[in-house]
Amino acid sequence: MAIVKVSGIETEYGIFVRGTESNPVLASSMLITSYIESNSRDFETDVPAWNFEDEQPGADARGFSLESAMPPEVEMHLVNAVLTNGARYYVDHAHPEISTPECANALETLIYDCAGEEIIRQSMAAVNRTLPPGVEMLLYKNNSDGKGNSYGCHENFLVAREVPFGRIVSQITPHFVSRQVFAGAGKVGSEMLGVSVEQVPFQLSQRADFFEEEVGLETTLKRPIVNTRDEPHCDPQKYRRLHVIVGDANMSQVATFLKVGTTSLILSLIEDDVLGNELMLAHPVSAIRQVSYDPTLTQTLLMADGSRMSAMDVQWSLFHKATTYLESVGFESVGGELVGQKIIDLWEEVLTGLESDPESVADIVDWVAKKRIVDGLQNRHGLAKTDARLKAVDLQYHDMRADKCLATRAGLRSLVDASQVERAIRHAPDSTRAFFRGHCLERWPDQVVSANWDCLVFDVGRGPLRRVPMMEPLRGTQELVGKICAESGTLLELLDRLGAEK
Amino acid sequence: MAERVQKQKSNSEQVTEEVDATEVSTAQADKLKSELDDLLDEIDDVLESNAEDFVKSYVQKGGE
Repeated sequence: MAIVKVSGIETEYGIFVRGTESNPVLASSMLITSYIESNSRDFETDVPAWNFEDEQPGADARGFSLESAMPPEVEMHLVNAVLTNGARYYVDHAHPEISTPECANALETLIYDCAGEEIIRQSMAAVNRTLPPGVEMLLYKNNSDGKGNSYGCHENFLVAREVPFGRIVSQITPHFVSRQVFAGAGKVGSEMLGVSVEQVPFQLSQRADFFEEEVGLETTLKRPIVNTRDEPHCDPQKYRRLHVIVGDANMSQVATFLKVGTTSLILSLIEDDVLGNELMLAHPVSAIRQVSYDPTLTQTLLMADGSRMSAMDVQWSLFHKATTYLESVGFESVGGELVGQKIIDLWEEVLTGLESDPESVADIVDWVAKKRIVDGLQNRHGLAKTDARLKAVDLQYHDMRADKCLATRAGLRSLVDASQVERAIRHAPDSTRAFFRGHCLERWPDQVVSANWDCLVFDVGRGPLRRVPMMEPLRGTQELVGKICAESGTLLELLDRLGAEK
Repeated sequence: MAERVQKQKSNSEQVTEEVDATEVSTAQADKLKSELDDLLDEIDDVLESNAEDFVKSYVQKGGE
């Protein structure tokens, strides 16, 4: 039986200061610091440091390390905060990045991704209050600047360590190549050398231009479709964390939900070894661009067995295999029947709509919603394909300023309530170890010395520092420790009771 | 589960459902169309006034 697909999303936002020369690293630091200061009584003591002890981004899931690979360096000197909702908010390279807390299913992941957007909006408002007149900081939830520079939106999924990594690589790739049909955020033009806007006026994905390998450790150069970073942030004997770098950041809630939900589901099939190899592509790297460059969704891809299938055919095959699997195994690994059935219903709806008339899913698919605005503006004013206003539409679709964002005016369907998002800005999910992290940070921020995904270190005022390892993502939940937490009047009492109960 | 039950219904019921579905999708298409028209009417107020300059100056460093 596949294990529960605990998941999360890390989003790097585009950052841009207008009205002055600026350094993006400094700008990102100012953004995050402004948010923390505006939400904290005492900034110096209320924000515990991130603990880098378990960071090994150079570890390779295939069990070796490529000489030529460039593992990312962990930047310890940059702003790095852990929030009361269990999320991490930090500067990564030259971008502000938010990692959601660990979530128990795709719907929860969506709620915390929306909370991340709201945190960015609040940060932007806070920092802009401190900037001189004429200077403005702008944030974008996209993945490319249109000039060949890309930044990521990474998904993470808990997978059983016993599953051979080679099986994951070969069997998840067809999904990563074909899910762009509903998960692509859309892009005006191409950033591939030698591909003009006349050849590719619009493509499905922000990211497809940037993938050069089928599998590998890199995230910034020669990006691979399947990333091999082996950094589980939990018990490495039992689990791996599949670090997915191939996706776009979505503005559509349904697209975010489906991107995470369908991937959780397909990973469950792979874990239970019922997916098989029949959907393997002959050339995944060229196929990912072929799919992205074809808004008609009709081109066929060469399969490893010599046959041809369209991305839609691959998606329907995966859909049918997934529904058959759920009928026999049930919904447990994807978060229960309510969430699981929602994944299936929306997946079927989006594929059916894309097949009959892509316009019919303009309320749930980002690339369709964006393309309608681009095409509409172009037709109304007879604009050339190279007109800057079309690229401005592309950028402003992802604008975090409420009055300048086109996605919020595109009629996208909501899946979650504003009240759920509001709660998720401050409070961690009940369903994973993030509950314990968030609870401690809310109640005893001054006594949390450092925090990371799988450990908290406390200073109880006397004696040595107390370290609480959290190697199981589904322990430390409201259900398991909520009562002890609520009954404990002090941190010391909580730690003693937890120790006694272990 | 509801999906599967629906599929086992009689032919006449299926026809009725299909008609309903078409009506819904037409209404949805009309709604989306009129929303797009409204959006395009006001887009000059939303888009950056100097689109060329805005697009040119949006330069990012690679991330990840």
